Amino acid sequence: MDFSFLGDYKYFFINGTRITIMLAFFAVLFGIMIGIILAMLKISHNKILRAIASSYIEFIRGTPLLVQLFIIYYGLPYLGIQFPDFPLFGQNIGDFMAGVIAMSINSGAYVAEIFRAGIQAVDKGQMEAARSLGMPYLMAMKKIILPQAFKNILPALGNEFIVVIKESAIVSIIGIHDLMYNADTVRGNTYKPFAPLIVAALIYFVVTFTLSKFVGLLEKRMDTA
Amino acid sequence: MSMIEISDLNKYFGKLHVLKGIDLKVETGEVVVVIGPSGSGKSTLLRCLNRLEEPSSGDIVFEGLSILDDENNDINKLRQKMGMVFQQFNLFNHMDVMENITLAPIKLKNLKQAEAVSVARDLLDKVGLLEKEKAYPAQLSGGQQQRIAIARALAMSPDVMLFDEPTSALDPEMVGDVLKVMKDLAAEGMTMIIVTHEMSFARDVADRVLIMDEGIIIEEGNPQKIFNQPEHPRAKDFLSRVLGIF
Ligand SMILES: Nc1ncnc2c1ncn2[C@@H]1O[C@H](COP(=O)(O)OP(=O)(O)OP(=O)(O)O)[C@@H](O)[C@H]1O
Ligand SMILES: [Mg+2]
Repeated sequence: MDFSFLGDYKYFFINGTRITIMLAFFAVLFGIMIGIILAMLKISHNKILRAIASSYIEFIRGTPLLVQLFIIYYGLPYLGIQFPDFPLFGQNIGDFMAGVIAMSINSGAYVAEIFRAGIQAVDKGQMEAARSLGMPYLMAMKKIILPQAFKNILPALGNEFIVVIKESAIVSIIGIHDLMYNADTVRGNTYKPFAPLIVAALIYFVVTFTLSKFVGLLEKRMDTA
Repeated sequence: MSMIEISDLNKYFGKLHVLKGIDLKVETGEVVVVIGPSGSGKSTLLRCLNRLEEPSSGDIVFEGLSILDDENNDINKLRQKMGMVFQQFNLFNHMDVMENITLAPIKLKNLKQAEAVSVARDLLDKVGLLEKEKAYPAQLSGGQQQRIAIARALAMSPDVMLFDEPTSALDPEMVGDVLKVMKDLAAEGMTMIIVTHEMSFARDVADRVLIMDEGIIIEEGNPQKIFNQPEHPRAKDFLSRVLGIF
């Protein structure tokens, strides 16, 4: 197979990888925020709040990411919410935002379950000790429970980051210049239908494999700690 | 007015009736020791006092304020005045000793960091662990953790200290250090309610001993009376088992 196109087109892959990683990073970051809130609702004593969180989680997990992406990308402007329209990092910021929003809404549902399990794994004596000192519930959550839960679920969040990187290839459909989109562009420009995809696959693999090794190290360090 | 006035306190766990109309008054400076068989409701009673368990009915008035009256009283404020020490210590695992002790005073009483640290050092000195301020809970023995937990509770300058079997999870050789700290506290006039199986401690330190059985207080009085002339047959039964007398 001939990879000589890399000379002319390597920046397509480099820039695409950058966009993919940035997108996944922001998606997981906002996904964590959504996930924490959902997890808190899920463990609250209020039935209605629990029902809201459960519905969200079930709905997101029960519908394809592609549909969610289209609902955000086409649906929000239809409802009168316009995404900004100017370039940033060689990428239309509005499209990028739509991708990040859809991916975080999706990731949030999965992160919620990770956090719920993490919070419930913290010994309940920790909450009781905090409350007995007079800390309000949310302060005890923030200062005592979440930091310990966070530490325990760091590997799971690392895995979620890996999942999001892989699934993010789908945003190429709405024209975000991520790794997948740029690989496709190279195919069109070079009339090589196959080789650019191999390059993209290798890059995805190297990124996720490196991350999963990193997660493995994290897990090991926590076992010994 | 007594510091704590419990009236007709009932607690159900589902159908299980765990506290059956408890009436109890605790005076300022008094040391009350609660003993009784396993499952008799001692922990539940203590935990109702600061509402870690929600009472099913009845009232608990602390320093003239009902802890159940959320309309007028802030339970979080009331809890600041009631220190609690747990069987399992429950130190915050992700914080070192100094952070464990200073977190609540800084966050809840708006103490300056430096003030809180200086208060904490006094308390660490008092419990004999001044050199441990940088240690994490996992690096401490059970007895050390429990003394830190006592210091953490004291850092809020509570008016009453609640102890739920503070030495039950400790290796025997650690028990003495913790009991000594508690004795010192009692000698300083701290109001204390202590659930314990340490009968000699009860005898030495308690102003009043309560025996609980199946959700009621079956016997109460000063230690001499309780340990020498218990009246209730079940009290005799219990004491004969734990003391090997009668
Ligand atoms: N959260 C709970 N849910 C259901 N039942 C409970 C709960 N906590 C306690 N109980 C039950 O209530 C009863 C009293 O328990 P409690 O812990 O107050 O007893 P105790 O006197 O402290 O016993 P021990 O000496 O073993 O600590 C027991 O039958 C116990 O099983
Ligand atoms: Mg108990």
